[in-house]
Amino acid sequence: MNQHPHGWGRPRDDVYGAYDSSYLNSTQPVTHTQRPIVTGTSVLGVKFQDGVIIAADNIASYGSLARYDNVERLLQVGTHTVVGAGGDMSDMQYLHLLLDNLLIKEQYPADDHHLHAPQVHSYISRVLYQRRNKFDPLWNSILTAGADPNTSEPFLSYVDLRGTTFSAPALATGFGAHLAVPILRRHVPDEAAVKDLTREDAEKLVDECMKVLWYRDARSGVTYSWSVITKEGVETGSKKIENQSWKFAEMIKGYGAQNI
Amino acid sequence: MTSIGTGYDLSNSVFSPDGRNFQVEYAQKAVENGATTIGLRCKDGVILACEKLITSKLLVPGSNKRISTIDRHLGIATSGLIPDGKHFINRARDESISWRRNFKESIPVASLADRMGSYAQAYTLYSSVRPFGVTAIIAGADDDGPGLYMIEPSGLYWGYFGAATGKGRQAAKSEIEKLNLSELSLLQAVKEAARIIYVAHDDNKDKEFEIEMTWVTRDSGKATAAVTGSRGMIWNGWVHEDVPRELVEEAAREAKKAIEEDDDEEEGQKAEKMDEDL
Repeated sequence: MNQHPHGWGRPRDDVYGAYDSSYLNSTQPVTHTQRPIVTGTSVLGVKFQDGVIIAADNIASYGSLARYDNVERLLQVGTHTVVGAGGDMSDMQYLHLLLDNLLIKEQYPADDHHLHAPQVHSYISRVLYQRRNKFDPLWNSILTAGADPNTSEPFLSYVDLRGTTFSAPALATGFGAHLAVPILRRHVPDEAAVKDLTREDAEKLVDECMKVLWYRDARSGVTYSWSVITKEGVETGSKKIENQSWKFAEMIKGYGAQNI
Repeated sequence: MTSIGTGYDLSNSVFSPDGRNFQVEYAQKAVENGATTIGLRCKDGVILACEKLITSKLLVPGSNKRISTIDRHLGIATSGLIPDGKHFINRARDESISWRRNFKESIPVASLADRMGSYAQAYTLYSSVRPFGVTAIIAGADDDGPGLYMIEPSGLYWGYFGAATGKGRQAAKSEIEKLNLSELSLLQAVKEAARIIYVAHDDNKDKEFEIEMTWVTRDSGKATAAVTGSRGMIWNGWVHEDVPRELVEEAAREAKKAIEEDDDEEEGQKAEKMDEDL
């Protein structure tokens, strides 16, 4: 122990060497908020003739470890909107808090006006864009799905951690953007096709895409939550992927112990 | 008003020699002239009702609300100085939001009453501020069921089965005392509340008024959907909302009728007596 009054409690330099204080004056900015830790994978959304369907599985991964298998990634916001989030789960939970507070503040005027999907989407996209400008983004990609309570006009929009937004009749985040969107687009290539897609077909389509993702996305899960939003409101539920066939796995080459 | 001229009423935070804080008492006086406001705690919820005198024919009916939503499960009615009430409401909303941020749960009614009581009391301590010219009735519900609290300008607050403040409080209180509040259902309480407001209004009969009424309930189909998103939201299942217009109007009609019948009876008795005298 260093007994000099200026060095009380510190290890002696002549015994332990000088204290390495280089880490104290780092010139680098803080980066620990700038990567996702516990993550959720894809969210799917498809418009159909009188509403929208949105689905996301219940896995939250820690790297490649399927750390949690009971995470709800779909959040109902008000009467006719559901927000689904992929990416960092703690950022998603923070966003849920923001949306919850937004809804409560929206009630203060008691004027019978309510937030619907376009407003919720707009709010989320502003929050995300503001955070990317602070170089401290909320690490999510988000789908906002809803239906107009009067006209039943479906709404579906995407926003990501940079605040980029776009809309399409069928959308997916994460791995789903690569694996599910091509399948979805075969059925709803444009807004006109939405008018011909029934709810049953839309549900089947989403089930099919969730199955493909379960087969090919190593961060996906076997159970998933779904919501259907029509002008009547939101219906929600949970599903497990049925009728699995892993036959195709035999064809996959290039991994593991193979003699060919 | 023996205090006037003694100088002890000029500043907050100064006691008079007999131990009174006159500024607080003056604030209570301000409330005594406020709108009659009542709260009823029933077995399945809480009712807030207030008599809103129509100060101008140019006002849109139903505008200038006196009962405010604080959180999904909480409402506050204030009586007294309206702007003081607004500030009080804003503070209550901030407290509620901060509780959600800290604890990820809805603020219990007792906790909000405690925090708002402390807030009001702090305004009796310093010479730079004056006490709130409002009495606030807090209605809400939590895991312990429905709760009703009333905060006075001094910061004093109690939990109540039934509370009344404002101009018609004496009449209202004596009517509330006749009710069996631990057995009363919310729907019955709507009628009682309307009747009490009408009875308490009796003193200034010539003025037009509206009834503003809200409740805290767990089973109102309409509102439950409109107010919340169920999945993942911080919410204890109770809703503070306007009592449906039809219900209030019906209750008001019945109240008016009951009071007119009472009056007729009285007049009838008077007339009979006069007949006898003749």
